[in-house]
Amino acid sequence: MDFGPHLLLAMLEGLVQASVLTLTALGLSLVFGVMRVVNVAHGEFFMLGAVLAWWITFLVGGPPALAFIVALLVAPLLVGTIAAAADWLVLRRIDYDPERTIVATIGLLYIIQQLTLMSYGPDARPVAPPFNTRLALPWFEFGSGGVQIYWPWGLSITSYKLFVIFAALLTGLALWAVMARSRLGLILRATQQDRETAQAFGVPVERVYALVFGLGAALAALGATLVVPIQQAHYLMGGDPLLLSFIVVIIGGLGSLRGTVVAAILIGMSDGIISVFFSPTLAKMLATLLVAMVLVFRPQGLFGSKPA
Amino acid sequence: MAQQKTDGLIAPTRRAVLKGVAATGLATAMPGHLYGATDEPIRVGFQVHRTGIGASYGRWYDRTTTAAARVINEAGGINGRPLEIIAEDDGTDPKRGAEVLEKFANQHNCDIAYGTLFSHVVIGSAPRAAELKLPYFVVSEGHHVASGMLNRYTLQPGITDVKSQVQAMAPFVAANLGKKVTMIYPDFAFGHNHRDFFGDAIEKEGGQVVAKIAIPPTETSFTRYFPQIPRETEVIYHVMVGPAVLTFVKEMGEFFGPSSPEIFGFIDSLEAVDLATPGLEFLDGSFFWEGHPRYAQPDQTEYDKFYREQVGVDENGASVDDPRDVSTYSHMFACWETLHVIKDGMEAAGYKGPQDRAALIEAVEAMTDMPESRAHPQGPKIFNGKTHQVFGVQYISQVNGGRLDVKHVTSIEDGLYPDEVDYTTQPL
Repeated sequence: MDFGPHLLLAMLEGLVQASVLTLTALGLSLVFGVMRVVNVAHGEFFMLGAVLAWWITFLVGGPPALAFIVALLVAPLLVGTIAAAADWLVLRRIDYDPERTIVATIGLLYIIQQLTLMSYGPDARPVAPPFNTRLALPWFEFGSGGVQIYWPWGLSITSYKLFVIFAALLTGLALWAVMARSRLGLILRATQQDRETAQAFGVPVERVYALVFGLGAALAALGATLVVPIQQAHYLMGGDPLLLSFIVVIIGGLGSLRGTVVAAILIGMSDGIISVFFSPTLAKMLATLLVAMVLVFRPQGLFGSKPA
Repeated sequence: MAQQKTDGLIAPTRRAVLKGVAATGLATAMPGHLYGATDEPIRVGFQVHRTGIGASYGRWYDRTTTAAARVINEAGGINGRPLEIIAEDDGTDPKRGAEVLEKFANQHNCDIAYGTLFSHVVIGSAPRAAELKLPYFVVSEGHHVASGMLNRYTLQPGITDVKSQVQAMAPFVAANLGKKVTMIYPDFAFGHNHRDFFGDAIEKEGGQVVAKIAIPPTETSFTRYFPQIPRETEVIYHVMVGPAVLTFVKEMGEFFGPSSPEIFGFIDSLEAVDLATPGLEFLDGSFFWEGHPRYAQPDQTEYDKFYREQVGVDENGASVDDPRDVSTYSHMFACWETLHVIKDGMEAAGYKGPQDRAALIEAVEAMTDMPESRAHPQGPKIFNGKTHQVFGVQYISQVNGGRLDVKHVTSIEDGLYPDEVDYTTQPL
């Protein structure tokens, strides 16, 4: 493949990956930002979203598009409810103590993973995409007769992958609107800035926490529901998203939503491009190196604020 | 009452503990008194991929093993003793695999160990089998047995190894599909067997491998690998394993679109996956290696029919209970056949207990011809006692409207190669 079309393909693949990663990492970042909770079970909520999406499309049946729309709405909602319940039952009872929440979420990780293995089983199961047309993409070259358009071999994307990018963009904008423009966003930001003062002003902090924990997990589940027609639902699929989300959140600055989006696109795109031209292992190595560099030279992350 | 029970669980009294110990002792001592020693079952430790990336194979290896054990027991067992399968999950993990062998030998008092598929688990477990002097019958198709890498206690009498398979495929690929081949394979021992042996085999036929693309078996996204396929490629040779095989094949179709080269795959890329899954239409007309034809063919043998019925597989290669539960038909026959080889070996050796393990290995090493039969439904085989490896026929099938039709059957001779080891010279 020529360099130009090759690069375009790499960028498109990277963008799809970056989209899903953005949603997943936003969830992790939101939970940390507002609650100061490092949620190690985040990847399992992602996996749970994919598995529930399979389960819902299986139960609904009918045309793939209808089943998928139901899954897209219901799976994140269910996962969010489960996460909020976990917050209420576990995290609240240990007072969100940093060390103990890490241990508790590790416990959650194993419970969710093993319950999935026991009920859903160890197989990878596919969800039919609502639509999936291959779109061949043109490229241009400067020949003797001026600019020529041609269709390089293999340069294509599917309509569904474009939809994933679009859906992630839309969700990101919606989240921004909620955080910046709504009363709910005001409450969340107030809780993030100063929990005690917020409580003094009548913010029901405990309920806000449950809501945020649920919302964070729902974002991961939404990312997973979007990706499951491309990949398949499997009980071990939560590992990579967790690692990448932590990388993104550390680079972007813990708790900074803007930083998370920028870092997710940076990591997703570079992972896509480096994987295509060199190897996926090198991409992971460079991402980890970047994390180390950020931690050494800018511990608060690219967009994080210095701790007071 | 309930309160008492809870107390007992958390802090058992001394009396309760003593009672429990006495009861356990009694229970363990009982069988010896009640049954004669000859009724003691022959225990086969079954190392199975219940979880991890090999789980779909594990499920079907389990069903096939259960069916074969039932058939053997219905026909009178082994040397008049019942065959008992003791299954342990190895998590498709080499470290766990070695631990499981340890459990078979020391906790379950197994006579032998058997069953593993994924090559990294075999390679991780086999040294422990030799240390434990536990005969270890693997069902893995890797070349690691015949290459001399393992030891005298490890045997593969049920399935042909990859080196032999690819050697038998190369003439067909070169003569019918094309000479310039790009290989896509999983980046671990099994895939490396393909990489190492297909290149030589295709060169003998006047072809060449123009690119080798290795993909980690845990990968979930594949489009990014495909631009490495050179434009001059005439044939794609693909073999993939792991939970994401369906994504792999679908994304390959999306990458090529209408201008695809010829495609030759090992069915591993779609084991346990329904060929009629949306997104796989582009495979129509392409060819697959099959170890054992998934779809019942018009010339189906009585043996295949019997085997299919006993395992519970319908004529499309799926479970008779659930047509969406597609089997790993090209590999699992080897569990059935291996258990029958174990039975024949134990009977030839007059196997009585662990003291006869060495005699069992020598008896299996002495085997040669294995004619097609109910015990060998996949086809006739020749066992090489020096390399501990069996050689059988291979099938080449074409995708036709969402099913596979056999187009060519290779001979056993097509897959033979010079010995690389003589395990019989190693001490037992």
